[in-house]
Amino acid sequence: MIVAERKTVPELMEIVKGHQKILVLGCGTCVTVCLAGGEREVSIIASALRMASRLANRALEVEELTIERQCDNVFIEQAAEAVGRNDAVVSLGCGAGVQAIAERYPQKPVYAGLNTAFLGILEERGVWAEKCAACGDCVLHEYGGICPITRCAKRMLNGPCGGSREDRCEVRADLPCAWQLIYKRLKDIGQLDRLRKVAPPKRWGAALHGGLRKIVREDHRI
Amino acid sequence: MESAAFEPKILAFCCHYCAYSSADLAGSMRIQYPPNIRIIRTPCTGRLETEYFLKAFERGADGVLVAGCLEGGCHFIEGNLCAKRRVQYIRDMVAEIGLEKERLCMVNVSAAMARPLAEAIREMVETVRKLGPSRLRQNATPMKMEKTR
Repeated sequence: MIVAERKTVPELMEIVKGHQKILVLGCGTCVTVCLAGGEREVSIIASALRMASRLANRALEVEELTIERQCDNVFIEQAAEAVGRNDAVVSLGCGAGVQAIAERYPQKPVYAGLNTAFLGILEERGVWAEKCAACGDCVLHEYGGICPITRCAKRMLNGPCGGSREDRCEVRADLPCAWQLIYKRLKDIGQLDRLRKVAPPKRWGAALHGGLRKIVREDHRI
Repeated sequence: MESAAFEPKILAFCCHYCAYSSADLAGSMRIQYPPNIRIIRTPCTGRLETEYFLKAFERGADGVLVAGCLEGGCHFIEGNLCAKRRVQYIRDMVAEIGLEKERLCMVNVSAAMARPLAEAIREMVETVRKLGPSRLRQNATPMKMEKTR
């Protein structure tokens, strides 16, 4: 899922400066699961903004709404009325959600209330870890299901680098060495011979560096 | 002047298994504690959500006290430890909002600790009295039934 975290209250106050009526719009999908932008967080952020504005002697009305998914027009429609009666929208969706809302309501200022951080998983309660860099050319099958792009600080496809100390990454001692994990996993599943192969340079053209990416499925188009 | 007459309104979320019974015991033992406290019984302090605290401040509470079981003594094993971390998080958020974080405190008592609870309440009331009325108290929106979630 997409993992995000909230911006601080002073940051949000700065962002909504100049508006009197705002809609804090939550999203019921990824950001609900990562406890950053769901119905509950909308209530928290709205409450915080109301208090901060009163303490700063600023008039600010805050409306709350959460839709099922901000990156889908079918659900975005449900926010139309609420968006219409407010001066601006603070979206607690991921970056995709914020932009989808902004595209759908071109006359309305739409601001990001969250910092979208990464694609990850819930590692334990309250801890989310990055797992995927969305590089567009997945190599997980070669590395026992452990991503060297995301989890190796040097993004090495032909590792290890030789700098790891006691299974720890030399760049960041709090991280396990991805290549240690890859070696162990490949050994466990009897595929160590995969490491004999030298990986060619990766196809980075599929990554973000060339601008936004699109997937077109002709078989699903109408 | 105004501060001399200021009587803080403090909301106390008291765990059913310790602080609530303790407050009850304080009554039985005729132990006085300041009447500035408004007690809300909760099944466990671990049940308390961030919104509850923020709503309390938004509605004009001068302080919020969370009273849970002694560490290691939670009826639900570790609800009070969850509450401790949550209270810390919200204290930081309260500071972000612009209020003094001392307005939110947590204490740990057992069901038999009526006297320490009364003492903690007295301390909390004094702390808040020194801070003065919450600046959100003026024009606070009155509590009304509404769907918050």
